Amino acid sequence: MAYSEHPGLRTPDEPMLVRVFAAYTVSATVWLLLATFVGLILALKFSYPDLFTAPAFSFGRLRAIHTNGTFYAWASPALIGLALFVAARSSGTGLYSASLAWVALALINVAAICGTVALDLGYNAGDQEYREWLWWVRAILAFALVLTAWNLIGTVASRRDEDLYLSNWYTIGAVLWTIIVLIVALLPWYQVGLGQVAVQGYFMHNAVGMWFTPLALGVFYYALPKLLNRPIYSYSLGILAFWTNLVFYPILGAHHFLFSPLPWWLQTLAIVFSVAMLVPVIGGSANFLLTMVGQGHRMHRSPAMFILVGVLAYLFGSAQGTVEALRSLQPVWHLTNYTVGHSHLTMYGFVTFAIWGGVYALLPQATGRRAPDLAIGIHFWLSTIGVIIYVLSLSVGGTEQGLDWMRGAPFIQSVVDQAPYWLWRAIGGGLMFAGHLVFAFNVSLMVWGGLAEQAADRRAAGVPA
Amino acid sequence: MTAHNRNLVAILGGSTAVYLALAVMMGVLPGIWLSGTPPGPGVAPLTAEQAAGRAVYVSEGCAYCHTQQVRPLATDSGFGRPSAPGDFAYQTPQLLGSERTGPDLTNIGNRQPGTVWQFMHLYQPRSVVPQSIMPAFPWLFEVVDQPPQGESAVPVPKPFAPAQGVIVPGARARALVAYLLALKQPAWPLPAAISTAPGASPPGAAPAGFDAAAGARLFTSHCAVCHGAEGAGVPGVFPSLAGDPVVNAADPAEQIRTVLHGRAGKTINGATYAGAMPPFADQISDQQIADIIDHERSSWGNHAPLVTAADVAAQRAQP
Repeated sequence: MAYSEHPGLRTPDEPMLVRVFAAYTVSATVWLLLATFVGLILALKFSYPDLFTAPAFSFGRLRAIHTNGTFYAWASPALIGLALFVAARSSGTGLYSASLAWVALALINVAAICGTVALDLGYNAGDQEYREWLWWVRAILAFALVLTAWNLIGTVASRRDEDLYLSNWYTIGAVLWTIIVLIVALLPWYQVGLGQVAVQGYFMHNAVGMWFTPLALGVFYYALPKLLNRPIYSYSLGILAFWTNLVFYPILGAHHFLFSPLPWWLQTLAIVFSVAMLVPVIGGSANFLLTMVGQGHRMHRSPAMFILVGVLAYLFGSAQGTVEALRSLQPVWHLTNYTVGHSHLTMYGFVTFAIWGGVYALLPQATGRRAPDLAIGIHFWLSTIGVIIYVLSLSVGGTEQGLDWMRGAPFIQSVVDQAPYWLWRAIGGGLMFAGHLVFAFNVSLMVWGGLAEQAADRRAAGVPA
Repeated sequence: MTAHNRNLVAILGGSTAVYLALAVMMGVLPGIWLSGTPPGPGVAPLTAEQAAGRAVYVSEGCAYCHTQQVRPLATDSGFGRPSAPGDFAYQTPQLLGSERTGPDLTNIGNRQPGTVWQFMHLYQPRSVVPQSIMPAFPWLFEVVDQPPQGESAVPVPKPFAPAQGVIVPGARARALVAYLLALKQPAWPLPAAISTAPGASPPGAAPAGFDAAAGARLFTSHCAVCHGAEGAGVPGVFPSLAGDPVVNAADPAEQIRTVLHGRAGKTINGATYAGAMPPFADQISDQQIADIIDHERSSWGNHAPLVTAADVAAQRAQP
C-alpha cells in the first residue's frame, strides 16, 4: 500500500484494516467480472440460441454460475469487506482479528471456485435457485460467515462509545441471520417433495432479504452521512425499519409459489407480509432521501450518486415486489421475464449500486488513493443507463409474455414476441458489463495507484470516526 | 461480559433469537409438515431409468426455463388440470420452477409422446420448431457410422445433421426421454355434473362452424411442432399436410380418426415416416378437432370439404 508515501493526507487507517478491506474488494471485483461476463453470454443466448453449443457453455449450467457467482462471490465478500471496515471505523478501534478476516476470505473463494467448477461440470444441488452450490460448498460458505460474525462482534465489542452505531445493527445482524438461513437450507430431513417447495420459498427470499438488504442498508447508514457531512435524517426511523424488516421479511417467502399446491393460508400470509414490507421499505428509503434533500451540491460528482440510485432501486424494486405478490397481478407477471427484471432492479440497482457507493466513498479513505471523477462518472452512467434498459425491456416484454398467455395464444407466440426485448436486454447488459470493466480499473487505482485522496475532512456529525 | 456490551447482546442476540424463531416457523415447520404429503391417487415413483433421466434434467438445468406446476388459472389450463399436493410426493428435488421461458412440462408425456420427436428436439430444437430458443444438447447423443443392430438413427434434417455418420441417442438422452414421457398427470376423478372432459362441447357453445382464427391457433398449439407452421412436416419423419391425400379426401373419416387416435408407420405416396402421432381424443374437444381439421383442409393449397364437431363426434362414437 502506497498511502504512507503521502504524508500530509488525512490520517490513514491502520495498515491491516486497509489491506483486509482492499483484498475483499479486489477479490469481489474479479468475481464480478467473471459472473457478469457469464451473464452477458446468457443474455445473448436468448437471441442466438446456438451460440457456444457445448456442455460447459450451456444455458442450464451457466445460469446458476451467474446467479451464485454474483450473490456469493461478488456481492457477499464486497459487502463483508465494507462491513468489517465500517465496524472498525465506527467503533474507533482496529479490526478484532486480521487472521479471521483472511481465513474467511480464503474460504469464500474456495467455495466460489469449487461451486463454480462443479456447476460447470453439471453438478448442482437440484436446480434449487440461489443454492445450487453443492451442500459441502455451501457449508464452507456458512463457516466463513461464522468466522465473519465472530470478527465483527469482536470488533464492535471493544468500541469506544456506549451506543452501537446503527450500521452495525444491520451488518452484524445480517451475518448472524444468514448463518441460520444457510443451515436451514442445508439440512435435508424436511425437504422432501412439497416440503422442499416450502423451504425453497423460504430460502429464496431470506437469502436476499436477510442478507443483502440489511448489509446494503448498513453501508448506506455509514457512507451517506460521511459523504454529505450531516447526520442521518432519523436514527429512530432506522431502528423501526430494522425491527420491521426482521419480523416481516421471513414470512413472505411463499409468494414465489403463489397458486402452487402449497397451502393456501401460507400463500395468503406471504401476500399480507409482502404488503407489510412497505413499512420498512418506505421508512428506510425516506430516511435516506430526507438525508439527501437540499444536498445537491454535495451529491454532484460524489459517490453519493450511486447511493441515490441504490435507494431509489430499493424503493421501486421492493414496492414492485409487493405489487407482484398480489393475487390479481400474479397471473400476468409470475413465471415471466418480468421477474428477471425485478431481480436485477433489486440485486443490481439496489445492492450492487450500494456496494459501489460504499467502495467509492470508503476505500479512498482507507488507502488514501482515489479514482478520477471522470472514470467514476463513466462507470456510473454505463451501469445506470444499462440497468434502466435492462429492467425496462424485461418489464415490458414480461408483461407482453403474460398477456400472450392470458389471451390463449399458442405458447410459441410468447417466445417469438420476446425477441426484441431480449435483444435490448443484452444491450443493457453489455453496457452494465462495460461499466464493470471501468469499476475494476477504478478499484485498481484506489488500491495500487491513482490520485491522492484530498485531505478534506469528511468527519460527519453524528457518525463515529 | 462488561456492562458496556449489554446493548450489543440485546440487539444482536434479541434479533437473532427472533429470526431463529421465524426461520423455524416459516422454513422448518412447513417443511416437516409438507414433506409428509402422501402421494395422490395414481401418483407412482419413477423407474430407475426415468429417475436417471430426471437427474439429467436437473444436471442440465432444464428447470430454469420449464415449470412443472399447473396453476388453477385459465392461463394454465392448456397444460393440464391444476397441480395437487399429492402430485409431488416422489419429486425430490422439487422442480416446480420459477420461469416459463419454455412451456410447462407437467404433461409433456401426454402432449408429445413420440420418442423420435423428443430425440430430434433435444438434439437440435430448431430442427422441429424453427422459432424455438431452447439450447441444443448434442452432447447427449453420439455420432456413429451405422446405428447399432435393431436401433434406428435420429432422423435429423440435413441442415442440422453431421457431415459424416448418423446420430444415435446416448444413454443419457434415452434416460431423459424416458423421464419426459413419464411426465403425465394422473387424471382426477371429477363429479359428472361439472365434467370438463375432452370430447364434451362446452355448454351453450355456438353451433358448429369453422372458426379460422381458432383453427390456426389450435394447429399452432397442438400440431405445428411436428407438421410445421406451414404444414410442411419434416421429410421422412413427420408427413407434410400440404397436398396430403388423407387431408384432401372428400370423406374426412380417416383424417378425423387419425387426429382422434394417432397414427404410426403409415406409408404415404410410397414414403414411410419415422415419427409417431399421439392420439388427441383425450386432449381436446370435438369442436377443437373440427377447427384444426378445417384449418388443414383450407390451408397450404388444400381444398377439401370442411367438417363439423358432429362429424368428429360420430367418428369418436365408433370403436
